[in-house]
Amino acid sequence: MKLMYMMAKARMLIAAVAFGLILTPAMAVAGTIKVAGIFTLPVEQQWISRIHIALSAAEKRGEIEYVYSENVSNTDYERVMREYSEQGVDLIVGEVFGLERAARKVAADYPKTAYLMGSSFAPQAPNFSIFDNFIHEPAYLSGMAAGAVSESNIIGMVGGYAIPEVNRLMHAFMAGAREVNSDVTFLVNFLDSWYDPPKAKESAFAMIDAGADVMYAERFGVADAAVERGKKAIGNVIDTASDYPGTILASAIWHMEATVDTAISAVADGSYVADDYGQYSYMAHNGGSLTIDETLVPADVVAAIKAKEAAIRDGSFVVTINDETPVSDN
Amino acid sequence: MEILDILLSENFWAAALRIATPLIFGVLGALICEKSGVLNLGIEGIFAAGAMAGWMAVWLGADLWGGLFFAALTGAFFGLIHAILTVPLGLSQHVSGLGITMFATSVSYFTYRTALPQVSTPPRIEPFQPLDIPILSDIPFLGTVLFKQTAMTWLALFLVVLVWWVYNRTPLGQALRAVGDNPDAVDAQGLSVYGLRMGAIVAGSACMALGGAFLTMSAFDAFFFGMVNGRGWICIALVIFASWRPGKALLGALLFGAFDAFQVRLQTEVGAFVPSQVFLMAPYILSIIALVIVARRAEYPRALLTPWFKGQR
Repeated sequence: MKLMYMMAKARMLIAAVAFGLILTPAMAVAGTIKVAGIFTLPVEQQWISRIHIALSAAEKRGEIEYVYSENVSNTDYERVMREYSEQGVDLIVGEVFGLERAARKVAADYPKTAYLMGSSFAPQAPNFSIFDNFIHEPAYLSGMAAGAVSESNIIGMVGGYAIPEVNRLMHAFMAGAREVNSDVTFLVNFLDSWYDPPKAKESAFAMIDAGADVMYAERFGVADAAVERGKKAIGNVIDTASDYPGTILASAIWHMEATVDTAISAVADGSYVADDYGQYSYMAHNGGSLTIDETLVPADVVAAIKAKEAAIRDGSFVVTINDETPVSDN
Repeated sequence: MEILDILLSENFWAAALRIATPLIFGVLGALICEKSGVLNLGIEGIFAAGAMAGWMAVWLGADLWGGLFFAALTGAFFGLIHAILTVPLGLSQHVSGLGITMFATSVSYFTYRTALPQVSTPPRIEPFQPLDIPILSDIPFLGTVLFKQTAMTWLALFLVVLVWWVYNRTPLGQALRAVGDNPDAVDAQGLSVYGLRMGAIVAGSACMALGGAFLTMSAFDAFFFGMVNGRGWICIALVIFASWRPGKALLGALLFGAFDAFQVRLQTEVGAFVPSQVFLMAPYILSIIALVIVARRAEYPRALLTPWFKGQR
């Protein structure tokens, strides 16, 4: 009985898939855009969560149909990309830092599918666009808060991998801190892992032992160490201030909404072309923002940061982009 | 800070012991399994399962010790699967172990995702806090190193003593050692080879799971896929380094912890001249060197990796 039920279910599934294949082109015309997300880590991961939230919001507004695959390994990523492309998904959003070349080959094979991928390299005509978390502007502003608050003039920074995406935020942060405090020095560590909080915590403890009193928390675990030792921390990408009361001075927050919404409307009106969407993470597009805890940062510093933010927004101040690996000062 | 200052600082040794704690659980678990003659490569997955199960139990409302118990139980369950496959069925211990690792890792993640389908940041629990034992924690040096650790570090140290005592002072320990050296002799004594080996694997796996639980319940307060990050595999190497002796297992874990704590500190000091990756691989390279020096004299359990079938000689 159960077997029969399962077979019937399987047949229905096959029918549904076949039906779907026939219907896909028609539905694309009808309006709802099909979007697939492919992520190499679970959607809780800071960076990925920002994309996932923006796509989920677009789904809630009824603009798109959204499906996603998380925790897809880099070796399996191309297969998943091809599967979604074969299914007739209109827009695929993901990250190709580990398979830049292979992903561009897939895009060339499916010219009708739009790709919007986190990538360190250039877009590829006609359909492969790139984006990244270009939140160096709020990172600069958060650096100003860190530089002003540090009393030991030593700031610790724990990063995941020393890749451009991480490096440029660290450099912007350091530049911001140096602007308000020329005596400040930095300690820099990398974990070579995106998620190993116990290890991140140990790195942070080591820096606090070496005198750091403000920690740049690029990874989970760093702010935890700051709380345990009564030091301060700077958040990155997501707002974790409520998890660490009295600890997070400021956070540079990434918003993917501008990037995702621009791509969706381009797909909808048929104007999607290969482009660098990185600019939609800039503050001018509300792709980056700063949260600041005014109970922890002195009022004059807050005012200076606000003034600098206005200068960034009106274009009179440009934060330098530096993708080199940052190193400790000594 | 000069290198000598680093090595002499109490915070450095406290960090070494903290990093070593999950490894102590893991290496003891691997030791218990291997002493009975069965290699357990399921360790990496059992770490993940323990990390998930312990954390999940607490998140669902159990107290911390209840969470630890549940983690151990989960480890024992995966150990039992490995035991059935490798002991009475006599299948390849390598293949079964790697299968357990993949299975346990995937099941942990599946369970986590089923329970928490829509979260944007991993939920947190209230983890074990560092103890601050009055008087003792005021002792210079030792106070910080030993007496400001969490209860789980103490549990790990206690287990080292317990395992040593069982293997060196009790008839059960003698039987467990014999079953890994000469199962025929154990059988001739009228003892159950299957029973002893399976019991050892189940107990060893429970111990491994506690190492995983340390990561989510003491070192950090949330579970995330992939956070075991190779710690289980390190234990497989450390158990050879330890020559299958609990005391040396503790030493090996501490040595690795010290290497790791040292590289973290060195990276901030001279990171400008040497790429960070060099430091990250340093503990592993130093472990390999230590292994080469020590393992030549290692006394393997003689029946390790050899299946035993009743009535066959």
